[in-house]
Amino acid sequence: MTITEGNATAVADTPGIQQPRRGALRRALRDPGVLVPGVLLLVIAAACVLAPLLTKQSATRSSIEDTLAGFSGDHPLGADGVGRDVLARLLYGGRESLLGALLATVTAAVVGGPAGLVAGYFRGWFDSAVNWVFSLLLAIPGIIMLLVVLVAFGNNIYLTMAALGVLLAPNVFRLVRAAVISVRGELYVDAARVSGLGDARILRRHVVRVVVAPVLIQAAQLFGIGIIVQAGLEFLGLGSTTSPSWGAMLNDAFANIYQGPLLTVWPSAAIVVTVVLAALLASGVRDVVQARGRARTVVRRRKPVTRSAAGSPPQPMGESLLRVEDLCVRYRDSEVVRGVSLDVRRGEVLGIVGETGSGKSQTAFSVLGLLPPDADWSAAELRFDDVDLLRLSDRQLNAVRGRRIGYIPQEPMTNLDPAFTIGWQLVEPMRRHLRLSRPDARARAIELLDRVGIRDPRRVMRAHAHELSGGMAQRVLIAGAVSCEPELVIADEPTTALDVTVQAEVLELMRSLQKEQGMAMILVTHDLGVVADICDRVVVMRSGAVIEANDVTGLFAEPAHAFTRTLLRSTLVDAPMRAPLAVPSAEVSA
Amino acid sequence: MLKFLARRLAGAVVLVFAVTALTFTAMSAISGSVARQIVGQTASAADVQAKAAELGLDRPVWLRYGQWLGGAIHGELGRSWFSGESVGSLLGGKVPITVSLVLASVVLSVVVSVAIGVAAAVRGGWIDRILQTLAVAGFSFPSFVLGLLLALVLAVQLGWLPAVGYQPFTEDPGLWLASITLPTIALTVQVVAATSQQVRGSMVDVLQSDFVRTLRSRGISAPSLYLRHVLRSAAPPALTVLGLQTIGLIGGTVVVEKVFGLLGLGTAIVSGSTQGDLPVVMGVVAIMVVIVVVINLALDLAYAWLNPKVRTS
Repeated sequence: MTITEGNATAVADTPGIQQPRRGALRRALRDPGVLVPGVLLLVIAAACVLAPLLTKQSATRSSIEDTLAGFSGDHPLGADGVGRDVLARLLYGGRESLLGALLATVTAAVVGGPAGLVAGYFRGWFDSAVNWVFSLLLAIPGIIMLLVVLVAFGNNIYLTMAALGVLLAPNVFRLVRAAVISVRGELYVDAARVSGLGDARILRRHVVRVVVAPVLIQAAQLFGIGIIVQAGLEFLGLGSTTSPSWGAMLNDAFANIYQGPLLTVWPSAAIVVTVVLAALLASGVRDVVQARGRARTVVRRRKPVTRSAAGSPPQPMGESLLRVEDLCVRYRDSEVVRGVSLDVRRGEVLGIVGETGSGKSQTAFSVLGLLPPDADWSAAELRFDDVDLLRLSDRQLNAVRGRRIGYIPQEPMTNLDPAFTIGWQLVEPMRRHLRLSRPDARARAIELLDRVGIRDPRRVMRAHAHELSGGMAQRVLIAGAVSCEPELVIADEPTTALDVTVQAEVLELMRSLQKEQGMAMILVTHDLGVVADICDRVVVMRSGAVIEANDVTGLFAEPAHAFTRTLLRSTLVDAPMRAPLAVPSAEVSA
Repeated sequence: MLKFLARRLAGAVVLVFAVTALTFTAMSAISGSVARQIVGQTASAADVQAKAAELGLDRPVWLRYGQWLGGAIHGELGRSWFSGESVGSLLGGKVPITVSLVLASVVLSVVVSVAIGVAAAVRGGWIDRILQTLAVAGFSFPSFVLGLLLALVLAVQLGWLPAVGYQPFTEDPGLWLASITLPTIALTVQVVAATSQQVRGSMVDVLQSDFVRTLRSRGISAPSLYLRHVLRSAAPPALTVLGLQTIGLIGGTVVVEKVFGLLGLGTAIVSGSTQGDLPVVMGVVAIMVVIVVVINLALDLAYAWLNPKVRTS
């Protein structure tokens, strides 16, 4: 039996807290996911309240001749171990079970809600104090405390359920507090404060409304927990010995489990059905609230739709290392890459330039099979050397990725695994692809780090991502990309996130590595200065399509497309003068 | 790292102190009638008074609590008011039963939650839908109801597993496993329902992060990517849920022990509290809080291992 509430992500899962939505609850009431469990719960409650109308039997009168009686007109569900009518006990007993659970839920909301509101809105010492007390409450094994409370207060089940409410209050507190903290940072709350609204008014008008939906969702779950805990206590033989309840019925059934196994089924069903309905009600409300927010993307695999020209013999590749033919990428309704074709020859540097959102990065990801799962993509041809990338399974693709094609990402700080050391992240692919022993892979990783200009490579091997500067992290990522001596490296705006001084060094490092290993490179960038520096050929993209492709000198000398001319003009005006680049030496920003 | 551990340890000490003090106060509130019960209904008022004085009930609560605490720190938990037996030896034989249940349930919960959560996050589709259904079902089947139904079908009707009784591990590991299988399953389902949901949720979040794309670009195998890298970053929030669930699970043992006739700590506290046997109740509460504290510290250590930022700061 679990008193603590598992749904720690209730806040994160409830986009409703991000902005207040009028009518969300009214809408919820029309949704079948809410309506059906809600109405059924009401039916159960009504049946319990109206018990005298539904059965003439008493829930407490026992008769010896009816002991363990089977189904009959008098006892539609039979009679229990001391001859009491099961149906009557189920109906009358529900009163105590439902009322007790309701009491626990309300207590939890009343104790935890306002505390969370005040703590989240004003923070400070009150927040830390209450937070501390409530986290202590969460660590208390609830049932044990309730046993003691129950005994200390003369078996009063309602007092005990109120105590349960206090033990459950931290859940409400945390939910409300987190919701308030997040809404407090919103601009419209700032605006309200600037326009002179008092704290009480802001709390009432902006904050409370935001908190209502998540608290209602949680209340339904807490109600379920209340039913369960109360039944558990009564099953143990605690609480009133005379008044009927579902837990007391289970206790009686347990005593007669061999003679009357069916007796176990009725109260079990009553408990489980009620709790299921409460849980469904909670998730129904959540779905409605969430439906307006960001639809959560569930990871899915979708087979790429290949539009390969069937029957046509493989084209002679010439010097082409990578050939992309008619690549399309779309997300739901928007097509972000439309029919891109390009070639990369061995040892050359191809620049892909374009504005933000022109589809450059998406093109690069497609080659590596790294598009997100909700992307729909297709290509007439996607060939790397002699490998048809379109036909590879994930496993086969993994033999190419990292080994023959390397990747350098844009944002160094988020592209290293925060939980593993730098050394581990460099060593793992080399052991896999190059079949190196661990010491050999380590030695090579240290060499590589040294080569990319990291000062104390042995120390960095033991470091984690959060201990590195952006420039160092990017050097580590470059080392990772070239560690297995790939034939092609795809670099996705590798210098955009770096300081200007570091940018030049990293670019120079990439150029020298490219020359040294004789590898081809695709350099995705929006910086024509970078293109002029190191590219042999350029592809210009706009709105998902290639609008111009030429070698660098040709493109800069006579741009064919008007957009390219605009790009060039803006670059020439804004570009800083480039000094000749020095060979990278020590890490500057480390 | 040391600071992190020191803070957790301090919290643990406060928890032990607060819970035992609360329990002691509550139990003392009913101690007045206990003396009468012990000496019997026919005894004279003087006898009752003498008994109360013998139990120390004439002294203030805080003084008696201090005395109990002083003894407990040295492992001396006093004697049962009713049987006169030493609480230490009374509970000594019961601790392994409850600890077996708790440990087996935590281990099983971790394994199953990770398996289901990872599968649902990575594969999606029907596995994911089954998980969502299981989460609602698991939440709704309290451990004792599930235990009763399991016992009814598997033990009573089919006779596959023993319905009642405990076999010590040291005597026969096979029988030990059979005797705790059903109660462990009954206790695990709710924990798994909550924890696997969290594993799935944070796996889905981590899968969308940049570093996972970069790891993929390095050609790392799927098992290593998901189980080593993604799971490790996704684990901390799941650990938090597991910690809370474990505390609930310790309470759950009380009810499940009754269902399966295991004479563990739960049985002791139920009979102890209904009688008003303060030393026995205090003994059980102290041991259970220590179990909670130990498990929470273990989870904190796991958390620090998973998250290098905690270690270095």
